[in-house]
Amino acid sequence: MTTATFSRYADLPALIGLMTGDRKHQAASASTLDVLWVLYDQVLDVAPGRTDDPDRDRFLLSKGHGPAAYYAVLAAKGFIGVRSLRDWAAFDSSLGHHPDRALIPGVEIASGSLGHGLGLGLGTALGLRAQGRTAPRTVVLVGDAELDEGSNHEAIAVAGRLGLERLTAVVIDNQSATHGWPGGIADRFTREGWAARTVDGRDHRALAEAFGAPHAGRPLAVVAAVAPR
Amino acid sequence: MTLAAGEIPAAVTAQPMRDAFAATVTQAMADDPRIAVLLADISADRFAEAAARHPGRVVNVGIREQLLIGAAGGFALTGMRPVVHTYAPFLIERPFEQIKLDLGHQGVGAVLVGIGASYDGAEMGRTHMAPGDVALLDTLPGWTVHVPGHAAEVPKLLRPALAGDGRVYVRLTERGNAAARPVGEGLVVVRAGSARSLGTVVAVGPMLDRVLAATAGLDVTVCYAATVRPFDRAGLNRVAAAAGHPDVLMVEPYLEGTSSREVAEALADRRHRQASLGVARDNEVRGYGTPADHDRAHGLDTAAIARSAREFFLT
Repeated sequence: MTTATFSRYADLPALIGLMTGDRKHQAASASTLDVLWVLYDQVLDVAPGRTDDPDRDRFLLSKGHGPAAYYAVLAAKGFIGVRSLRDWAAFDSSLGHHPDRALIPGVEIASGSLGHGLGLGLGTALGLRAQGRTAPRTVVLVGDAELDEGSNHEAIAVAGRLGLERLTAVVIDNQSATHGWPGGIADRFTREGWAARTVDGRDHRALAEAFGAPHAGRPLAVVAAVAPR
Repeated sequence: MTLAAGEIPAAVTAQPMRDAFAATVTQAMADDPRIAVLLADISADRFAEAAARHPGRVVNVGIREQLLIGAAGGFALTGMRPVVHTYAPFLIERPFEQIKLDLGHQGVGAVLVGIGASYDGAEMGRTHMAPGDVALLDTLPGWTVHVPGHAAEVPKLLRPALAGDGRVYVRLTERGNAAARPVGEGLVVVRAGSARSLGTVVAVGPMLDRVLAATAGLDVTVCYAATVRPFDRAGLNRVAAAAGHPDVLMVEPYLEGTSSREVAEALADRRHRQASLGVARDNEVRGYGTPADHDRAHGLDTAAIARSAREFFLT
């Protein structure tokens, strides 16, 4: 098989099945699947041949667990070989249960411990801005339970105050936070100075529109609501 | 100062290391567009001029130390050289997982510059003391640790760190030695013992003048180390081989025994004895007062070092 034959959204369940052994059920339920697809298919200015381009967009998967959907999208878009999916999580595989930037071209951060991506993303956006690189966008994916980690709120406050327009947070909300977020997740961002949209995390058109929503002078938060865990 | 007969001088000299740090970094920022300074309120006033001159390259995140290190990792991922500064316990201990993951595990570097050292802020109490900083960084690979003993050593240690891309911790203190020593080239022999000497004393950074005063009457070689990681194992081996006995007393301004493993590795090829002086590990000194009070509590004043050295080398 070639990568080209596994390059469509409809191929993602089969690609995930190469890792998990489950061809349908688990793949369709991956909470991040549709957000990742929309980002890589329509939003991010990234390509397998440009993983070192300083003007590429950055995607930081902060919620590193459950990365099968991420690897499937990376394979569909040609960043990693389809064949490499088969031995995921083996000792010498580049694909573990938490992604590692040192092992996978195009993966911007090594994640696993929760609450690190937004800080790294804020620094990335500031670093690009300090170099006058105004084009690249930095998108950080976090989970609603991951927001329990206080480190996120350090980053949310500062990104809002500094008006980091090129920073986007996408929160996968499957209502898995033990103590919940009364008043909604978007509120945590807007009161700190962000623009925020809450959309159906399975609706590709709504997600693409949310990522493209104007947010002059503010960072953007997209809350992608999916079925509760 | 007049000393009574037999009295040993305190041998501690005030050091404007924070000024030297701010001046060196501000100057380097003009020449190197990679350098960015990340602050958490501490010393923000000292970088106001640099902030005005270099928009976007001085960022004060407020009192948010997890973000301080996380953002530094992000800056480094874009190819910049972050200089990260705050009080030592809030720089190394509070955001330790960010140091481990957002710098080390991402494979990027930064220059962390801490002030306060073990107990410069003695009257602020235990929360503002960081005697465990070097031991903590020892759990991570690839860190360079500088412990200058004089303000004039600070630019010499900082400039190569700023120009590089590794992970560097610079441990500044307000209390050090009367004179700057050569830095950046491993252990420096400050006072050589005879061929029949009792052994070697390694004084780290600000401990040097106290060690020199404390061992004035002993036939030992006194070495100076302003860079402790990587440790100059080969240098210590050479010095110990040239001494009358291959015994080593390590005198460090942070947790006692922090470098015991380094000494053991350096002398693995010869039978030797070693002892370590430093901040006590076995109990928390719950006191305020002055740094000199804490020196006495931990046996790091000149008189106590003299007693310990005699006990180690003469018994």
